[in-house]
Amino acid sequence: MVRVTLGSDAAEATQAAISEEIGAIAQAWDGVPETQPRLDYPPYRSSLLRHPTKAPHQADPEGVELWAPVFGERDVDPLEADLTIQHRGDPLGERIVVTGRVLDGDGRPVRGQLVEVWQANAAGRYIHQRDQHPAPLDPNFTGSGRCLTDAVGVYRFTTIKPGPYPWRNHRNAWRPAHIHFSLFGTELTQRLVTQMYFPGDPLFALDPILQSVVDPTARERLVATYDHDLTKPELLMGYRWDVVLTGPHRTPMEDV
Amino acid sequence: MTELDPTAGQTVGPFFGYALPFPDDEHLVPPGSAGSVRLHGRVLDGDGAPVPDAILELWQADAEGNVVQEPGSLRRDGHTFTGWGRASTDRTGHYSFTTIVPGTSFFALTVLARGLLNRLFTRAYLPDAAGDPFLATVDTDRRSTLLTTGDETGFVFDVHLQGDRETVFLSYPRHKR
Ligand SMILES: [Fe+3]
Repeated sequence: MVRVTLGSDAAEATQAAISEEIGAIAQAWDGVPETQPRLDYPPYRSSLLRHPTKAPHQADPEGVELWAPVFGERDVDPLEADLTIQHRGDPLGERIVVTGRVLDGDGRPVRGQLVEVWQANAAGRYIHQRDQHPAPLDPNFTGSGRCLTDAVGVYRFTTIKPGPYPWRNHRNAWRPAHIHFSLFGTELTQRLVTQMYFPGDPLFALDPILQSVVDPTARERLVATYDHDLTKPELLMGYRWDVVLTGPHRTPMEDV
Repeated sequence: MTELDPTAGQTVGPFFGYALPFPDDEHLVPPGSAGSVRLHGRVLDGDGAPVPDAILELWQADAEGNVVQEPGSLRRDGHTFTGWGRASTDRTGHYSFTTIVPGTSFFALTVLARGLLNRLFTRAYLPDAAGDPFLATVDTDRRSTLLTTGDETGFVFDVHLQGDRETVFLSYPRHKR
């Protein structure tokens, strides 16, 4: 297999320099709560030319913005929620279950809505063609899954704990282990794409993507909790992670 | 009612290409079907360079202006219009949806990309919607960033993440910083 060598100019800054930038932004934070990442976050180099510089324009949601697509049984096979059974054999790594509730900003469960996940394998390698990390692919692991939330807003995936992986933001840059999540609410305004992290990862402080969420309280909400009650003897480890979307503008129909 | 703090967004990253796209994701109606049009354009960065690793979602009303609530977006049957789709940009930053002309004044779009730390929202207004009351709330010099232009296949809408022609992106009343 052909391996592409990292370009020498691709990763100029050291981790120390990036950490210093991260620290300076954290220091300059005024303490006013923030729930979302900064779009303008120079330590994440790819954001430099890709962040809007102007404040977003306030809009009252209209028409289609007050609704979300409907996903049904035809859209999602229940087997898609188990990322460990997509191939003939068992994938390598630590088998886990990740589950939690999807709530809207008013605390209502988001029912029957699509949740999509994708992740690296246990060795920190994505099946994506552009992932050139020289760690092994696992023929028994693709790393993408889907499910619909149930009647109380619960999603549940069985998968493998992903490994940390290197990237080219700076020299010796490593992403903490994470699972990418895509979530819908009851209307467009609630759309959320994010990443879930695992508790206690030593890479948190070094990672400009996680640290772009400058308020530590908001960062903590991206970290799952180990839950021994979800762990199954001799089978898998359990993690719990609840997601809160923004508040809806259209009052969802009351419970029938 | 207590308002809960929303979970933070994070970038979609570079590796969504085997997870978020699905067959016929960008074809809200089959290409070549009666009444089909294209909504297409490029996603560009602050240097005007193409963004080849973006994915857009189109949310739109049907031809009568009604919001559709039909399942089947992920496994299209070739007949049901669901009003929702996804299109990834190619190496030139170009995306393309095949859809119908909505019976309302705009297409709603969400934008995700590597390098973009949170999703963005915008509207692609039909060329004849220049008098729309919402557009009147936007600075005149930036209003055109929300307007599609017509071409022989349908509508063109470029997304400028940054720069002189930076697209007007939207936030809604219940969003928090
Ligand atoms: Fe990732």
